Amino acid sequence: MHAIHDSAGLWTLAWRRLRGDRVAMAALAVVAAFLLLLAASASGIVAADWEEEVAVNYAPPAFVAAPAAPAAPGTAIAGGTAPGAPPANEFDPLAGDLRELRATLGQAVAEPAAERAPSLPFGADKWGHDIIKKTIKGGETSVVVGLAAAALAVGLGTLFGAFSGFYGGVVDDFFNWFYSVFTSIPSILMILTVAAVLQQKGVLTIVLILGLTGWTGPYRLIRAEYIKHKAREYVMAADAIGASAWRKMFSHIFPNVSHVALVQVSILVVGFIKAEVILSFLGFGVPVGVVSWGSMLNEAQNELILGKWWQLAAAASAMAVLVTAFSLFADALRDALDPKVK
Amino acid sequence: MAPTLLGVVLLVFVLFNWVGGDPAYILAGKMSDAASIENIRRQLGVDQPWYVQLGIFLKQIATFDFGQSWATGEAVSDIITSRLGPSLTVLVPLTVLETVLGIALALAVAFVRGSLTDRAVMLACTVGMSISILVYIIVFQYWLAYKAGLFPVQGWGAGLLENLRFAALPILIGLAVSLAPTLRLYRSFVLDEVGQDYVRTARAKGLPERRVMWVHVLRNAAIPIITHVMASLPAMLIGAFLLERFFGIPGIGREVILAVERSDFPVIKAITVYVAVATMVFNLLTDLLYQAVDPRVQLK
Repeated sequence: MHAIHDSAGLWTLAWRRLRGDRVAMAALAVVAAFLLLLAASASGIVAADWEEEVAVNYAPPAFVAAPAAPAAPGTAIAGGTAPGAPPANEFDPLAGDLRELRATLGQAVAEPAAERAPSLPFGADKWGHDIIKKTIKGGETSVVVGLAAAALAVGLGTLFGAFSGFYGGVVDDFFNWFYSVFTSIPSILMILTVAAVLQQKGVLTIVLILGLTGWTGPYRLIRAEYIKHKAREYVMAADAIGASAWRKMFSHIFPNVSHVALVQVSILVVGFIKAEVILSFLGFGVPVGVVSWGSMLNEAQNELILGKWWQLAAAASAMAVLVTAFSLFADALRDALDPKVK
Repeated sequence: MAPTLLGVVLLVFVLFNWVGGDPAYILAGKMSDAASIENIRRQLGVDQPWYVQLGIFLKQIATFDFGQSWATGEAVSDIITSRLGPSLTVLVPLTVLETVLGIALALAVAFVRGSLTDRAVMLACTVGMSISILVYIIVFQYWLAYKAGLFPVQGWGAGLLENLRFAALPILIGLAVSLAPTLRLYRSFVLDEVGQDYVRTARAKGLPERRVMWVHVLRNAAIPIITHVMASLPAMLIGAFLLERFFGIPGIGREVILAVERSDFPVIKAITVYVAVATMVFNLLTDLLYQAVDPRVQLK
């Protein structure tokens, strides 16, 4: 007679515990919905046309629009060309080129302005972009940065932690020294310092800044796991069959500590999304022309004084919902994968 | 401590001297010629070999003389000393209030652990932590200061009392933002202690629950709480930069942002090194405090 039922592995057990937790499943559903929406926006299915100026400047959301419909779209402020053009300068070396450009662009610019909507489901920003599409597009940037930076940070932390914990001795001393150097500088100061030095904006730069400064937390945990695991019998068995150090570290031990890395990724994503928003808000993050939740909040700050609250509300609530769901899920994941902690 | 400090110095040196590119191009601005760049390089000592430059940097740290700010020409040491006061005006009340409220609420929540109230408070904390600090600042500043006029919108004066009036709203916002994570953390510290044997003993000998919580449990939960408060103090000096920027408070945090915006390397270098030193000193102080709180702890 064969034993039919396999004993459930770590991941099966964790999934069972997770499924029993209703809050965790709801959070997972919200996170999955966000990720699907952002994947759709990244592949251009939705919100690809967010940069089209579809409405009048600061078009209000449809549910508050009814009373005060603005005057003709053409008269709106900052609609494009200023009303009183300066007198022609006969020495202007660019005059000829500009005239040519205006002639070719003339019709193209004038045309869409005529059919701008007076209101949108959730309003429009200064240039008349649809806020809903803009929020989706901004979320794409913020979440991609968060995920990529968390993957980089945990990757580095795992690599350093594996070497440090597995080899011990001088290697361990060196990485510990490196760790204490990085942790003695507050992370936000470290991020700003690196941003000052790099002097260039871009999504890749933010990912590098956050990833290269955020590896310390995962490092400490992974190192402790490797110290614990390297003396276990299965590692000795691997040693006996002549497995190389690299093989022992990453194909024997790593699967047994990978749950720690996964939990760290989910915790760091939350922190990095928040950090990206602050960096972009300050202007050290995404370049001009790329929209993120941070750059939306930056615009919204001035709009609020004018009473245009919808961009702030959209970016803030989208971020709050995603981050709440993500952190609830991260907590549940930690409890499910590491039941001892409870 | 010494090797760590050396490491911080090396890290800052490498960041600014190799990763950062040639500072002469930043200083000379857009309209520069070879002669003026050469001149600036000689003045900064950038044309020297790297070990001479490292020597200059070490001498700057030892003598507290980082030269002048590239942007304003003010001495860097003057900038730091004059920005410290405003930062502390916000941070000292904020830290005291946060710690006291955090401990009181954590004990209260731990008292009813597992109940609906406990879970509701924890959920509220998670939601509160998920809203960006930017949103708190923008909304509070708009409603409480600009619309309702309860606080000054921004500004900074000369006297301490006047400044406390300006600091009131930043402190309130800082409290709203930091209380949720603090409460969650302190609650877990308290819950670690509640299951211990000495708590059962205290209850068994008939002590009221209030005394068990406030005297027996608090004394034992104090160690991780002290670690947390002490470790976060130096970081808070920088961490309040958003509050300082929005409310026009001339503190250290705002200075860092300004320096990053203007590529003012001497200021950033000086602040990074000193904050790292402060972090290490505070870690040492934490160890000394342990001994005062817990007589079992022995420092070797």
